[in-house]
Parts: sequence; structure tokens; C-alpha cells
Amino acid sequence: MHHFVSQKFNGSKNTPKMINEQYPKIYLYRRLVQAKLFIDAHYLDNIDLDNIADEACFSKFHFIRQFKNIYRKTPHQYLIFVRIEKAMELLKADIPVSVVCYTVGFESLSSFSRLFKRVVGIAPSTYLIRQQIIKTQIVESPLAFIPGCFAEKYGWLEK
Amino acid sequence: MITKMTHVNIYVLNQDSALDFYTNKFGLKVIMDVPMGKDTRWLTVGTPEQPGFEINLTPITEDLFSKETAEALRDLVKKGTFGVGVFTCNDVYATYEELKAKGVEFTKPPTKEFYGTEALFKDDSGNWFSLAQLV
Repeated sequence: MHHFVSQKFNGSKNTPKMINEQYPKIYLYRRLVQAKLFIDAHYLDNIDLDNIADEACFSKFHFIRQFKNIYRKTPHQYLIFVRIEKAMELLKADIPVSVVCYTVGFESLSSFSRLFKRVVGIAPSTYLIRQQIIKTQIVESPLAFIPGCFAEKYGWLEK
Repeated sequence: MITKMTHVNIYVLNQDSALDFYTNKFGLKVIMDVPMGKDTRWLTVGTPEQPGFEINLTPITEDLFSKETAEALRDLVKKGTFGVGVFTCNDVYATYEELKAKGVEFTKPPTKEFYGTEALFKDDSGNWFSLAQLV
């Protein structure tokens, strides 16, 4: 990979050694980071991962391999991860499961629930209920969620 | 016997702005957000990769400190007096490029050191950190 990028983007043989080693790498990183940020921004659209590879000037398999090197997930796994993370955020905000499912880009409730359960360990409906319970508890007794030493230091125990 | 460190304070100038920095730019998640009095929230953030460790974004308000202390502390934080800690990542170049793209201010680009590769950045208040990929 180094070889490919060096040839394409850093032809000069007279560049100082440090730049020769670093710059091509940074160029490669920028393309991968752009691809990742693209997924972050468009996770709810029907993203075609082949397109991302094209735009990042990679062959599909090279792209997947490089992406996984950096992010420890394939682009597809990462997309699922982002969608589930976002789903957790929305469920925390008390949005109903069916709305969350379509909001984060899934087309069927059953595949959403199955994937959510696989990643988080519990069904989205259970997650929603647990978050509601935690929220009620926080409103009723906020100090139960704050380490006592902080609460005491700031005088919250007296109020 | 001590087992773990679970909470650490970062003194911030403004909680709303710190929340935006640490979540939207730096990529952490909110763990607790509990209102405590008029200008102050119990606001903690963390990374899903390290459950059980919360960074408490403590506002420098006169709710929590004397006027004199708050002023002094605000000045010191703004001046970049406090190096707060080290965040590690799998790939420092990728993380550096991403954070830079999101507007995080770096004072040192990734540089090879004997213990790994390290960059330095500042939060929106002036606290600075190391971002490192340890070998």
C-alpha cells in the first residue's frame, strides 16, 4: 500500500526522508477519515459502500481492508455500529422503537430489533423501558447518581 | 484496597460549550446530565470503550467556588496551565485527521516518541491533553 501511494502522490526522490515516509501515509489517512466521516454524516441514508470506496479512490477490497486496519470494523460493521449508537441515543430521549428504527435508516423493525439485541444485549423495547426508569430515578433522587464526596464538596447534600 | 478510579474532574469555563466540544467534536458520550442548581449540572462524559470511567465537566461557577477562586481558576484554565491527561486510540494519525477535520485545535501533530506516537490538543476552555497511540 505504501508503494502504491508513494508512486502516485510522491514521485520526487529528493524529498527529505521524513516527508517521504509521512506524507503519503497522511494522504491515505485523510481519504479513510473522509470515508468514515461520510458514514457518520449519512448513516441514515441508503449508503452504498461501493460508492464510498470509489470516492476514496480505492478498490473495494483494499478499502475494506484499510478501513478495518484503522477502525477495527469493516465499513459495513461500522455503519451498523453508528446506527445502533444513534438508536440508543434516541431511545434514551424517549422516542418510540418503531420511530427510532426508521430514523436511523433500517427498513424493517424485525431486522433492527435483531441487530440491536445482538449489539447491545437487550431488545430495543427493554432498553427504552430501562432508560425511562433510570430517568425517573434521576428526577426523584439525583444525589443517588452523584458520588457523595462531590455532592458534599459542592454543598448539594444540604439542599 | 483501592480498585479503580471512576471519576475525574475537568474544570471548564462553560458547560454547554464543553458539552459540545467533548461530544460533537471529540466524540465522547454523555453519561450523566443532572441539573444541580441554577447554573450547574452534574455532567459527565466517557467513552463506551471504557465503561465505568466518567469525566466530570465541572463548571467554574460561583455556585461551586468563591468569587476569588473562580476568577483565579478561570484565568489559569484559559492560559493553558493544566495538562489534564492522556487519551489513547488505536490509530493516532486517523484520529488526529478526524479531530482536526472536526475543528479540534492541536498544538502538536502526531510525533514519534520512545513510548509511542503522540499529539497534543486543547479543549474549548484551554485544558490540554495528549492523544497517544502507545506501542
